[in-house]
Amino acid sequence: MLKIDRRLIENFDWITFITVIVICFIGILTIYSATRPPLDEGERPPFYIKQIIWLTIAIIFLFIFVSFDYTKLKNFWIIFYLFGFFLLIIVLFSGKTAMGAKRWINLGFFSFQPSEIFKIIFVISLSAYLSDKKSPLTIFESIKILIIFALLPFILIFKQPDLGTALMIVFITFIMLIYKGIPTRLLIFFVCLALVSVFFLWEILWEGLKEYQRNRLTAFIDPTVDPKGIGYNIVQSMITVGSGQFFGKGFLSGTQGPLKFLPERQTDFIFPIFAEEWGFLGCLVLLSLYLIFFVRIFKVSTIAKDSFGNLLSIGFTTIFIFYFFINIGMTLGIMPVVGIPLPFMSYGGTTLLANFIGIALIINVRMRRFELFYP
Amino acid sequence: MNNIKNKLYMGLIFFIFFIVVIRLFHLQIIKGEVYNKLSEQNRVRTIKIPAPRGIIYDRNGIPLVENIPSFSVSLSPEYTQNIDIKILSKILNVPEEEIANKIKKKSESVYIPIRIKENLTFKEVAMLEARKSEIPGLLIEIEIKRHYVYKEATAHLIGYLGKITEEHIKNNPSFREFPHYFKVGQAGLEYIYDGKLRGIPGEKVVEVDALGRELRLIREIPPQKGEDLYLTMDAFLQEAAYETLKNYDGTFIAIKPDSGEILALVSTPSFDSNLFVERIDPKYWTELINNPKKPLLNKAIQGLYPPGSTFKVITALAGLEEGLITPEQILTICRGGLSIGKWFFACWKKEGHGPVNLRKALAESCDVYFYELGRILGINRISKYAKALGLGSPTGFGFDEKNGLVPDEEWKMKVLKTNWFLGDTFNTAIGQGFLRVTPLQMALVMATIVNGGIKHKPTIIRNMQTNYERLNLNQNNLNIIKDALIAVVNEPSGTAAQARSNLIKFGGKTGTVQVVSKKVKEKFSHKHFEHHAWFIGFAPVDTPEIAFSVIIEHGGSGGAVAAPVAKNILEGYILKKRQLNVEN
Repeated sequence: MLKIDRRLIENFDWITFITVIVICFIGILTIYSATRPPLDEGERPPFYIKQIIWLTIAIIFLFIFVSFDYTKLKNFWIIFYLFGFFLLIIVLFSGKTAMGAKRWINLGFFSFQPSEIFKIIFVISLSAYLSDKKSPLTIFESIKILIIFALLPFILIFKQPDLGTALMIVFITFIMLIYKGIPTRLLIFFVCLALVSVFFLWEILWEGLKEYQRNRLTAFIDPTVDPKGIGYNIVQSMITVGSGQFFGKGFLSGTQGPLKFLPERQTDFIFPIFAEEWGFLGCLVLLSLYLIFFVRIFKVSTIAKDSFGNLLSIGFTTIFIFYFFINIGMTLGIMPVVGIPLPFMSYGGTTLLANFIGIALIINVRMRRFELFYP
Repeated sequence: MNNIKNKLYMGLIFFIFFIVVIRLFHLQIIKGEVYNKLSEQNRVRTIKIPAPRGIIYDRNGIPLVENIPSFSVSLSPEYTQNIDIKILSKILNVPEEEIANKIKKKSESVYIPIRIKENLTFKEVAMLEARKSEIPGLLIEIEIKRHYVYKEATAHLIGYLGKITEEHIKNNPSFREFPHYFKVGQAGLEYIYDGKLRGIPGEKVVEVDALGRELRLIREIPPQKGEDLYLTMDAFLQEAAYETLKNYDGTFIAIKPDSGEILALVSTPSFDSNLFVERIDPKYWTELINNPKKPLLNKAIQGLYPPGSTFKVITALAGLEEGLITPEQILTICRGGLSIGKWFFACWKKEGHGPVNLRKALAESCDVYFYELGRILGINRISKYAKALGLGSPTGFGFDEKNGLVPDEEWKMKVLKTNWFLGDTFNTAIGQGFLRVTPLQMALVMATIVNGGIKHKPTIIRNMQTNYERLNLNQNNLNIIKDALIAVVNEPSGTAAQARSNLIKFGGKTGTVQVVSKKVKEKFSHKHFEHHAWFIGFAPVDTPEIAFSVIIEHGGSGGAVAAPVAKNILEGYILKKRQLNVEN
């Protein structure tokens, strides 16, 4: 059924693919180090084995999502979007609670995070919707888009609560609107609104936050307020990163992770574990890989053959950069603690799968940039 | 248009990387060393291990204090949630509620195991070991505990241990490094020789995880045991003294006359030093603090009393040394008192002693004789001899001792701003009035009289270089006094005749100190208005091996109470020694 064009294989972006796989392997090694036996008991099978299994599944998904022409997705966006919404609603009612937040749906044999699935659906739907509109958009059209694609999901995801993902949805909507062409007056209005709300409405926003979210912000502004309590994560994370110094302590010689001083060490705080063992030098290598990856996928948006492909790749690229910066920034103490994983390195099946579908679609756009007519 | 956006976007990517690299440089290169140290502090914990304290032995090598193993049971905080308190409660005989409370109270600190019970019996340890698998996180720890073999008998001399307080740190800043569970000497020899007994603490450096669990030993420096202490004290005498004195409030202190070595030092009521080793029961502590009989006070060195008639020994010696009297000279005829103007100075014997010479005056403790002798000597000569024999100043024993007071004209003018009267001299000559002495000082006076006039600095540590001062006293005069003191006990008319012992011939001088005036005492027959009973003495009479002083607070007269106490102690000691010889 699948017709594999030779040109398609030639156009498959091996550089992006291999860069991502290398980052994933670095991630698996770091997960192993962070949770290595015999210090870490419990989890069977171990996290790194599970991550290898997830990576295999993710690679299969990647090839599935490059095998068909991405433009076909455009026709089904309403169905996708309604399904995504449905997932967000049921997670609020029957979700599994972990650490005070309902983010998971348990299907018995495995659990997944609907907001990760929604991320994909959201970018596809918004790209599809915007690609048919005239550029620049009217004010009415822009506001309509903001309500349907930003405000409604924001409310549902914020309710879980998952502030990081909720903010990301709003942020990406704006980026994509700007790329499509938002009326300048509206953009200025929103920038002003954002500034005003920061100055005048922060108290109301503050009240709306959960206790732990408030603590995270307080701790971000001054981690030394309560280094054993709310500032603990940030302080320990900075100690972990800093103690790596130039050359690092060496692979499997880190102490902060295995001895459990750093919490969430295989998920949100995976980067400090790497930085501790590989030092500044290792970090430069890792950051270079990410930089190659980002530049490479961003370029796709500039060479996409149509508006849908352009928006699709800019949407996914922005998600990756947003996650990357928020996560690394948080571990370095220059961003507040938001529970967001580092793409391709943090442990987590759903995230890995969603991220691979994202790159698959970007690669897909790149592969088919020469096909001028829809078959 | 899109071109500008693309350039801006690329710029944003590079800007983000720029920020991340700058921040990494700051954390890893600029502050890397600081963070590295912090991560080491996280990982490595240094545990100080207390050194076994030195043992304290008596002069015959009998241990007075031992280090014994003590078992205690604790729970690891991380396991406390799913623990079966019932089993623990049953084995340890501690109410379930109490265990639950301890767990609740301590759960804040994740590191430190929760101590459930200390001083387990061997049976409890065995039962816990058997059921260990059912109680996760159970820790049975062995500690070295101080055990005071003679309990109350040696409490004041040896003292006790306790936690380090701010005051200790002020006196010895090195204590600040000691962890809270270390114990240091708080009183007695444990306090004075703490530096010697303490030893050098060991150190265990371990790797710990965030829960405080010890994962790996990095290095260990074993502690060095403290130095042992060999005392001059004789445990048998000490024990004999306590067995007699425990029925009274008082003190007994004995010295070896030829060296100044302390042979025994007992003060009653006493306390059990072992109860201070663990955290002392607050109820017992307040009881000790508020007890009017002051059990914590070491009366032998911190109790101040007028010497009463025991002081007559000094007055007599002063008279002889100054050549103002001869032993056979009838200085006065006692008719039960002496009138000076409107004042009447009574002798304790209302009917009077008749003609009195020195020997009779000392043996029967005639007050009138010493009034007369006091008048001849004058206060300044009396105080000169008293001070020369060590009264009014610390003996240099090393404990926190009281100075006492020897009055003279100058002192009275300075402090009381009045002239010295003849009546004051009379009172001083018989050991009443302003005079204040400690029992230790009087024991030393006794020692100096019987050793031929050598004033030793008292010592409790064996083989210690001691200081002494040879007083320029006439041996003949000393023998005259010694002879009179033998008469006190061994002649039927002596004041301590009822204390005469068939086991050991000893001599001494009784004293009875008025606490309140005669009138008050007759009006209210309250225990606290009873006289203090004194006896200072020596034994055996030929070559004295021991000089001692006894005081029984509110005991009554010296002859009827203190001297028999001394006799009991001496006989008790001899019997103990004999029993030991039979056993061997």
